[in-house]
Amino acid sequence: MTTAAALKDTNMTELFAALTDPDLPFLRYGLLTGLLASISFGIIGTFVVVRRISYIAGAISHCILAGIGGGLYLQTVAGISWFTPMTGAVIVALLSAVILAQVSRHAGQREDSIIGALWSGGMSIGYLFIAATPGYFDPNSYLFGNILLITKQDIFFVAALDLVILAVVGIFYNKLLAICFDEEYTLLRGVRTQWLHLLLLCLTALTIVLLIRIVGIIMVIALLTLPAAIAGNFAASIRQMMLLAAFFCAAFITTGLGASFYLNLPSGSVIIVLATGAYLLSLALDRKRTGGRT
Amino acid sequence: MSEAVITIRGLGFAYDEMPVLTNVDLDIWPQDSACIVGPNGGGKTTLVKLMLGLLEPNHGSILIGGKTPAEARRRIGYVPQYARYDACFPISAQEVVCMARLGSSFSGRYTKQDKQAALEALAAVSLADLAQRPFSALSGGQRQRVLIARALASGGDILILDEPTASLDRESEQELLALLAKLNQEKIILMVTHETGFSSTFFKRIICVNNQVYVHPTSALTGELIREMYGGDLRMIRHDHRCCPEGHQHD
Repeated sequence: MTTAAALKDTNMTELFAALTDPDLPFLRYGLLTGLLASISFGIIGTFVVVRRISYIAGAISHCILAGIGGGLYLQTVAGISWFTPMTGAVIVALLSAVILAQVSRHAGQREDSIIGALWSGGMSIGYLFIAATPGYFDPNSYLFGNILLITKQDIFFVAALDLVILAVVGIFYNKLLAICFDEEYTLLRGVRTQWLHLLLLCLTALTIVLLIRIVGIIMVIALLTLPAAIAGNFAASIRQMMLLAAFFCAAFITTGLGASFYLNLPSGSVIIVLATGAYLLSLALDRKRTGGRT
Repeated sequence: MSEAVITIRGLGFAYDEMPVLTNVDLDIWPQDSACIVGPNGGGKTTLVKLMLGLLEPNHGSILIGGKTPAEARRRIGYVPQYARYDACFPISAQEVVCMARLGSSFSGRYTKQDKQAALEALAAVSLADLAQRPFSALSGGQRQRVLIARALASGGDILILDEPTASLDRESEQELLALLAKLNQEKIILMVTHETGFSSTFFKRIICVNNQVYVHPTSALTGELIREMYGGDLRMIRHDHRCCPEGHQHD
């Protein structure tokens, strides 16, 4: 056995030992949550990419800090113990989805300005709440992700979200596909497209909230869009794109967590660096395959 | 004499106080075929959107078989330009055509009849064997025919096309016009276009839209009329493959 192979074998053994160690549940929880989350990310990420609303998803993810900060403030200062930062995050994410759905419908050319305002305004409000809360709170865990924050309860939340998303997309698949391809025509067929758009944004918001623990507010948008964008270079149908995106997402989370464990690096950043590298590689491969044609 | 299918009376529309269409009267008859022409910003697309019920008129009325456009949407098959679609969108030709059958159920699930109707519509545009082919893998002319199949699958008797010949080569354009001529035996054809060259050989009427609307038989289409319509000094060069072996005929 070569030195490199022996080292690899040792590392694999260490990783396996860490995953099965009862005193180190965080790695196990992180991996399980990540793998379960890949289903939601694959499905919702595909819609976000083909509908070209990644900037809206970005605004939702950044607004969430206002909910986290607000939850922390209300819990600590006002003594409302049930109002956890995650409760605040869910409320603000859904609220921002509703606002952004209205903005898409009515703002016209000012849409990007309003999205920008919500994006940075949400983050600022979150920081102000955190600053006003007594005691020390490290926002980096939410901004860049921290698998140490993942609990057993989160695994059940993500599994439940998967079921909700599979059910909703299973029921409304044709209509969701239609608004992504041609919203105007879908409206002409008598479909209430504004409600479908809102539904899609709410599902996106919930997916983002539950996944910020793994990769954080700032990078969640990359994990939502990059696997789907890579899948889009190879898929012939939306269903195929969803399956491939979920597979890529699971692969990035697994290899990212493993690499961060070996190299003692932040897991969220390693996952996103891997996803970005794979995306750039897929672009190069796609360019080679199509001879540069778009 | 049969009644008009589309009746427009005293129609006016403005975007933010800027009038786009003023006092428009127009009748469209059964088996009519008309091209809608005019300069950019003249109101062609606005007129189409009003007929589709996507916009509400500020003044006047549009009635389609006695109903408002929103109520009569199922009578209209709308064909947008293929070029506006995401060229990478992973969707098959049949899935695109099936969209015509949306809206009849809560979930939007397609029945066997819906899928059959989609295949029949694809067959009507000679694309049945490409039903499972990705939309993005089709040529421009084929994509435009898929969109026409989608309009046919909705079962309406009015076909409105928005610049369907834009970005098509000459051969695809001729195929498309032959298909429309065939469809015109049963359906009303209204087509927005910038290309007036083929209008006299296919369309019965020409609807000139430039804030107001004027309707002419296509036989009246001359350089003078086009100059008036587009509102400027304009020279018409007619490329007529049937009668001009020595070159261009200038008006």
